[in-house]
Amino acid sequence: MTAPIPASPRLAALRRSPGLVLGAFSLCTALILAAADDLTRAAIAARAAEDLHASLAQVLPPAQPEADPTAQTRRLEDAEEGSVPVYLATEAGQIRAVAFELTGYGYGGAIRVLMGLAADGTILGVRVLSHAETPGLGDKIETAKSDWIQGFDGRSIGAPGPEGWKVRKDGGVFDQFSGATITPRAVVSTVHRGLALFERHRPELLAPVTASPSTRETG
Amino acid sequence: MSENYARIARDGLWNNNIVFGQLLALCPLLAVTGTATNGLGMGLATAAVLVASGGTVSLLRAAVPPEIRIPAFVLIIACIVTVVDMVLNAWAHDLHKVLGLFIPLIVTNCAILGRAEAFASRNRPLAAGFDGLMMGIGFTLALTGLGALREIFGAGTLFANASVLLGPRFAFLETKVIPEYQGFLLLILPPGGFIALGMLLALKSLADRRRTPGALTDDGRPARVFTAAGVLTPAPEGDPS
Repeated sequence: MTAPIPASPRLAALRRSPGLVLGAFSLCTALILAAADDLTRAAIAARAAEDLHASLAQVLPPAQPEADPTAQTRRLEDAEEGSVPVYLATEAGQIRAVAFELTGYGYGGAIRVLMGLAADGTILGVRVLSHAETPGLGDKIETAKSDWIQGFDGRSIGAPGPEGWKVRKDGGVFDQFSGATITPRAVVSTVHRGLALFERHRPELLAPVTASPSTRETG
Repeated sequence: MSENYARIARDGLWNNNIVFGQLLALCPLLAVTGTATNGLGMGLATAAVLVASGGTVSLLRAAVPPEIRIPAFVLIIACIVTVVDMVLNAWAHDLHKVLGLFIPLIVTNCAILGRAEAFASRNRPLAAGFDGLMMGIGFTLALTGLGALREIFGAGTLFANASVLLGPRFAFLETKVIPEYQGFLLLILPPGGFIALGMLLALKSLADRRRTPGALTDDGRPARVFTAAGVLTPAPEGDPS
């Protein structure tokens, strides 16, 4: 079965200096990877922006004619959450809704949660952007797998009160899934943190948009 | 010089199957076979890399001195996997969202380096590519089978979320095998993977024994015992060990 390896003088010379060959191999691989990265970077960034766009469209009210939800952002400086970019949905300069992303920690590590809030503080929608929870158990926080996450719609910091913002097992109002408590607990507490963040910065967040050009963020 | 393609196919699919014959790739195996769909996705992605790495290693085999063949093969495999990951992310984004989790795991699959070293570095590119394809299909079947077993008994479903991976046309694959099933957590978690794998290994060795005449001695005991150390013939009757 073994095919004889063709032996040309040039190849024979190569085989006597393995270090050089390995160096050449590394160089070629590095070049290929650099070229592939260069070719795909713009497309990957565009896809990531589309993903963000699509998620924002699910947690913010239907877009106004002129509104690109990724176009208007505001950076929030908070003592507890750090620097949080906030996406704004505006109507005639007034803020109708805001959306921001927070990270919670579940069973499998970081869970990135995007949430949209109306100006009065009610939840418009919550979506999980990425997570590493157990497939088949904790992944019911995705909309593709279950509608559990839609249970947050219409809630606010006061409804239910502080005691209710927990999973049922801990005495709150939110269902856990069979076999997974840590994941829903993490999502519920992250959403609650988001509501608290909104309350702390309500005036700053809802200040009307000035005429100054807003910064555009992609991805 | 002609390669024996039928033999390559038999080895890849059954006799020397990556999972059931070589007992390799158990790390990605246990991680992704919680559902049949995930097993299928990982299997297909691995098969594609096996074909590409087999062909490339075979093409370059004359230029690689034996002293550096392992690092050179690792470079080739890692390079292919990374490029596939970036290309999928850029131009097949929906597929990447589903498979993305599995693609970096492929690099950790020792079976790919194993095939590069054991087969591709000693055979022509066409045969090496065919070997990669057969090994890949064998691996896909093993992963899908194990995933199906764990999913049916662990969650009561089969091919759940297949339409997310394969497109809406495959939604018919999604079945609820056991209605109102409460789920059996152990089988979904990694220990269940080991238990299910052990059962499948036992089934395969039973099938092999039935198929091969003379595999049993006259008193019904196996004539050969497979262990990690190789093939042993059983100790004679009355031996205390």
